[in-house]
Amino acid sequence: MTQLPSSTQKKLGLVIDLDTCVGCHACVISCKGWNTENYGAPLSDQDPYGANPTGTFLNRVHSYEVQPPNLKDGSKAAAQLIHFPKSCLHCEDAPCVTVCPTGASYKRQEDGIVLVNESDCIGCGLCAWACPYGARELDADEGVMKKCTLCVDRIYNENLPEEDRQPACVRTCPAEARHFGDFADPESNVSILTAERGGMDLMPEQGTKPVNKYLPPRPKDEAPEFDVLAPYLEPIAQDAKGFVGWLDKTLSAMPRGAK
Amino acid sequence: MHPAPSVIIFTTFSGLGFGLLFWLGLGAIKPMGWGAFLWFFIAYAMAVGGLIASTFHLGHPERAIKAFSQWQTSWLSREGIAAVFTLVVMGIYALGALFGVHMGFTGFIGAIGCLATVFTTSMIYAQLKTVPRWRHWSTPAMFLLLSIGGGALFAGQVTVAIVLLLIAAVMQYFAWMSGDGRLSHSGTNLKTATGLGTIGEVRAFEPPHTGTNYLLKEFVHVVGRKHSAKLRQITLGLAFLAPILLLLLPFNHFFALLAVLCHVAGVLTLRWLFFAEAEHVVGLYYGKR
Repeated sequence: MTQLPSSTQKKLGLVIDLDTCVGCHACVISCKGWNTENYGAPLSDQDPYGANPTGTFLNRVHSYEVQPPNLKDGSKAAAQLIHFPKSCLHCEDAPCVTVCPTGASYKRQEDGIVLVNESDCIGCGLCAWACPYGARELDADEGVMKKCTLCVDRIYNENLPEEDRQPACVRTCPAEARHFGDFADPESNVSILTAERGGMDLMPEQGTKPVNKYLPPRPKDEAPEFDVLAPYLEPIAQDAKGFVGWLDKTLSAMPRGAK
Repeated sequence: MHPAPSVIIFTTFSGLGFGLLFWLGLGAIKPMGWGAFLWFFIAYAMAVGGLIASTFHLGHPERAIKAFSQWQTSWLSREGIAAVFTLVVMGIYALGALFGVHMGFTGFIGAIGCLATVFTTSMIYAQLKTVPRWRHWSTPAMFLLLSIGGGALFAGQVTVAIVLLLIAAVMQYFAWMSGDGRLSHSGTNLKTATGLGTIGEVRAFEPPHTGTNYLLKEFVHVVGRKHSAKLRQITLGLAFLAPILLLLLPFNHFFALLAVLCHVAGVLTLRWLFFAEAEHVVGLYYGKR
């Protein structure tokens, strides 16, 4: 069914902390590792050891440089490097679901997870066109649409130890930059994190109402000011006397001499 | 967007086929017997041929029947239903014509179905918020104008074709000019995409992988934009100007055929540009557009 549920009982999703992500790509690898051998078709690679390797990934980590505006004294603040993991945001108003002609794409009423029923998918690619985040990739070998399942085959899996019942990316993150929980519960870890740290939506103007939230990087320290020490740090040779003074004046007076 | 040949052939020839069926259904020409067979054969070859071409880019064309199920939300599903409905109705109308019976009402319903089919096709593109260039009323307007304009050309409706092609040329020029600024006016940029705009200027520093991927192949296509100005001139010349001039000359079957061929080549170029020029917002994440 491609009609979106008016509300879902739970709103399962991720909080991704851009302040603590170190850009190690471990979530990319663990995601591919788990999902290539579990839910649905494998995540294939093409020419993996050749000159032009490509493949299907449900989670990719970008890196961005952010240049803060000039400081009060006009000098440039230090640029920041921010690692940016991106996977399906399990939007409340998921445009990928409504465009699907076959009903293969759906959003679950019970927990809000957006999934693809691969046996109904005709591989038309329209859902990937409708997603502003690039969360869906058509697998080149299988011809069906692949996307993050929020590890639906882990989080409810009673065969796994309790601590493993969370998405593979969250379980593996060494920096604890990824958190999994229920956004419908205001007391949940993800709701509290979002409230405390000002969790934000990506491309809010697209109207997709993403469930996943991103925590902005905390403000960085500014360069310390040298008010106290400044008088002692003046260049010392400005009013040279004696021979050095004469040399300074003479050299400066020469054609193209440093003033 | 990647200009896939299957989708360009589909939108071009289905549009022309349904355009010709539109004029046949309205009774602009009323061929009977073998004449009817020839006319409807040309129209069906283009309409159905285009639809078949569209299945070539599917990962699983054998499941295409499932695409008729989600008409409540999906324009692609609605298009499939509209196309099949129209082809069946016009099939009955064509059968009548074959045996010398003109069924005016059936033809009229079929003609409405032709417009509905082309409109639903255009809405597949116009609905996408992710491609600001397409999300505009000029997208369905252009699909409909090209369909009935080209259809009139095929059906030999000289005056109507000249008027429609003139309007289409002006509309296409407007669609290009207004479309050029639509991504930057959409409010979506790297700052909103990353949410990092509150800190300062954002620049894509390193992509997720050194190689390419499905997203870049499907959504980031820059060659079209490089030659955009030239291709637009070629399109205006072939799709509109040449056919109009050839139609204005004293009527001659050779000129008519030339006009049709020019128009088809022009619309193929136009549709290639329609896809190749369109910017998908996901390109922003890669510092591209």
